[in-house]
Amino acid sequence: MSKIINVLLVGVGGQGTILASKILTHVAIAQGYEVKMSEIHGMAQRGGSVVTQVRMGENVYSPVIEAGEADFIVAFEQLEAYRWAHFLKKDGVLIVNTQKIVPLTVLIGAATYPESILVDLKERVECFIGLDGLKLASEAGNAKATNVVLMGVLSKYMDFPADSWQNALVARIPAKMLELNKKAFAYGVAMAK
Amino acid sequence: MNTLMTGNEAIARGVYEYGVSVAAAYPGTPSTEILENIVKYPEVYCQWSPNEKVAMEVGIGAAIAGARSIVTMKMVGVNVAADPLFTVAYTGIRAGLVLVSADDPGMHSSQNEQDNRLYAAFAKIPMLEPSNSQEAKDMVGLAMEISETFDTPVMLRITTRIAHSLSLVELNDPIERLVKTYERNPRKYVMLPGNGRARRLVVEERMHKLADYTETVAVNNMELKDQSIGIITSGISYQYVKEALPTASVLKLGLTNPLPSGLIKEFAAKVDKLYVVEELEPYMEKEVRLLGINVIGKELFPPYGELSVRMVSEKISGQPVITVAPVFDAPIRPPVMCPGCPHRGIFYTLKQLKLVVSGDIGCYTLGAMAPLEAMDTTICMGASISAGLGMIKAHPEMAENMVAVIGDSTFLHSGITGLMDVVYNGGNLTTLILDNSITGMTGHQHNPASGKTLMGQAAPQVDFVALCKALGVKRITEVDPFDLARVKEIIKTEVAAPEPSVIIARRPCALIIKNTEKPLQVQDCTGCKMCLKLGCPALSFDEVNKTIQVDQALCTGCGLCINVCKFKALRKAGDA
Repeated sequence: MSKIINVLLVGVGGQGTILASKILTHVAIAQGYEVKMSEIHGMAQRGGSVVTQVRMGENVYSPVIEAGEADFIVAFEQLEAYRWAHFLKKDGVLIVNTQKIVPLTVLIGAATYPESILVDLKERVECFIGLDGLKLASEAGNAKATNVVLMGVLSKYMDFPADSWQNALVARIPAKMLELNKKAFAYGVAMAK
Repeated sequence: MNTLMTGNEAIARGVYEYGVSVAAAYPGTPSTEILENIVKYPEVYCQWSPNEKVAMEVGIGAAIAGARSIVTMKMVGVNVAADPLFTVAYTGIRAGLVLVSADDPGMHSSQNEQDNRLYAAFAKIPMLEPSNSQEAKDMVGLAMEISETFDTPVMLRITTRIAHSLSLVELNDPIERLVKTYERNPRKYVMLPGNGRARRLVVEERMHKLADYTETVAVNNMELKDQSIGIITSGISYQYVKEALPTASVLKLGLTNPLPSGLIKEFAAKVDKLYVVEELEPYMEKEVRLLGINVIGKELFPPYGELSVRMVSEKISGQPVITVAPVFDAPIRPPVMCPGCPHRGIFYTLKQLKLVVSGDIGCYTLGAMAPLEAMDTTICMGASISAGLGMIKAHPEMAENMVAVIGDSTFLHSGITGLMDVVYNGGNLTTLILDNSITGMTGHQHNPASGKTLMGQAAPQVDFVALCKALGVKRITEVDPFDLARVKEIIKTEVAAPEPSVIIARRPCALIIKNTEKPLQVQDCTGCKMCLKLGCPALSFDEVNKTIQVDQALCTGCGLCINVCKFKALRKAGDA
């Protein structure tokens, strides 16, 4: 447990990265890890890029993950995966929800949305998992559960017991949304197999 | 089990645990969530003030009257509150008074990067700097204790990485919340020059006593390890140092004004090579140098931006740590005005009319960005109106070609005096007050015009029309910012008028209303792209069909684009 595990959650304002990070930190704390987390908000909440950094280990000092040091990146959107890919460690795991959210710079014609994102990422990253999380979440009953689908995928690559994730879902999700989210989580787990 | 908390949540918890009775603030990133968490403890009275000076004075009054008080603000807010701060340093207090200054190295959401540690030295008040959430909570208690022991306000200085990072905090039961009786003492609290001169000496005596105290206080301590390298550090930089150089000796300082010169000398003598690792100004480094100690600091580390583990490691070892994969070329995703935002049409019109726009601070500052690009200046809270007046005094003919634009909360914060000046000194300036009934950018805090207090009570609402009238403005017009034709007509008329005028564009923030409109539909689009000039995130161009498409999940049906489309291609659902 001496090693620090760095998880970067990246997406677009409003995609539910915060709830995802709460589930993840709940698992880590329950497993006895020291956890630090950093999230920058403010101007970022108006549809801008958002990033949440979670660090866990026996002794964690800095709350910030630096370029080249993420063990896991969970990208809630393609372009954000592209933007943050250089934060991944050489042998790190990259999980990408293939959903596209086009930024205003592209909408107004000032920039173009890169076509080669998934190809470039697959080429660079050995452990690359791309999935249509939005579709899986919709099948589970609510498109908003995409974040929980992604946590399901992540759970298969992290070394935590399955029931610790289930406990975290129970602790962090309101009772009336729980069944739906458990289903979304299970879809993520199944997808990762 | 300990609880994971942001520094801001932890400070709020400290307020609850350490008997604080009164809290006041004006919202500002990264400080806003302190009060938003304090309100969860009903034992503590808390309020949003119209600006930081007022908040500071509320805290001062409460502390003089006998209640432990806390005032929180972002670093630029301390500029606004500096006037009372410097003098309360003379008067002292009766119960603890703590000012939280939340600095923003790296300027994540600020207009400058000032290092407010210099304020503590300048105002001659003690300053504490936590390095994680646990310390942030504990230091609320320590700050109150120092405040009451030494009869002084205390600054608790945090940075964005403390305010917005989460780390584990142990929760304790609150101490008893006592409010002392009020004691009249004009010689201490009426700062006539005669009384002030006497208190001036008290300030110096107090700093001498604090200079002894800072040598032994537990938050200033040496962690002696390998003595070939010694590092003096504080705040978040401590965390970077510990991770980058786990074997180095560290002098960790929690009480950083006054600095412990004896402890610094002792530490310097024990290590071979001495460094100061601090973000922004060489605040500690200069003090160390004044002691005649040779130290390495800003010759390695920049006086701007944030530090990091890697930077500390590389600068001190002189070796690059790892090589990082190249960065992919990804188009930026800046924050944008939301779909349905009432500000959008105003800036679209200002751009159309090619006006000079003296801007201000709020969500509407996003009107400076493409494709709206309708803002010429943004300096600080409230500057739009007064700076606009200055422009007119430099170039009188500019009055026919310019407007000042300010939000409701910012106008109440510090725009009113500017407007008073416009009337008093005869500036033919047109001021647009964008009243969206809330303080938007910081995440929807109530203000004196929104009708509610922080603690959820109904409150009287400032009447902007009556207020402007009372200031002497004769031309006041109200308009719905979605009525683009009328907005354009009114702005043209008012800018041309040879006297001060105010246009109040009134519509609540799109995020605080319950929207009942359906998303728009597109039919017979010619692909002229005119509507894209609005910069609405719900509109995009379909390159295959060469038509506009409306994102049905994002569109609020506000209809602004209907006004812009010359071909009637955008329409409400059900309309023929």
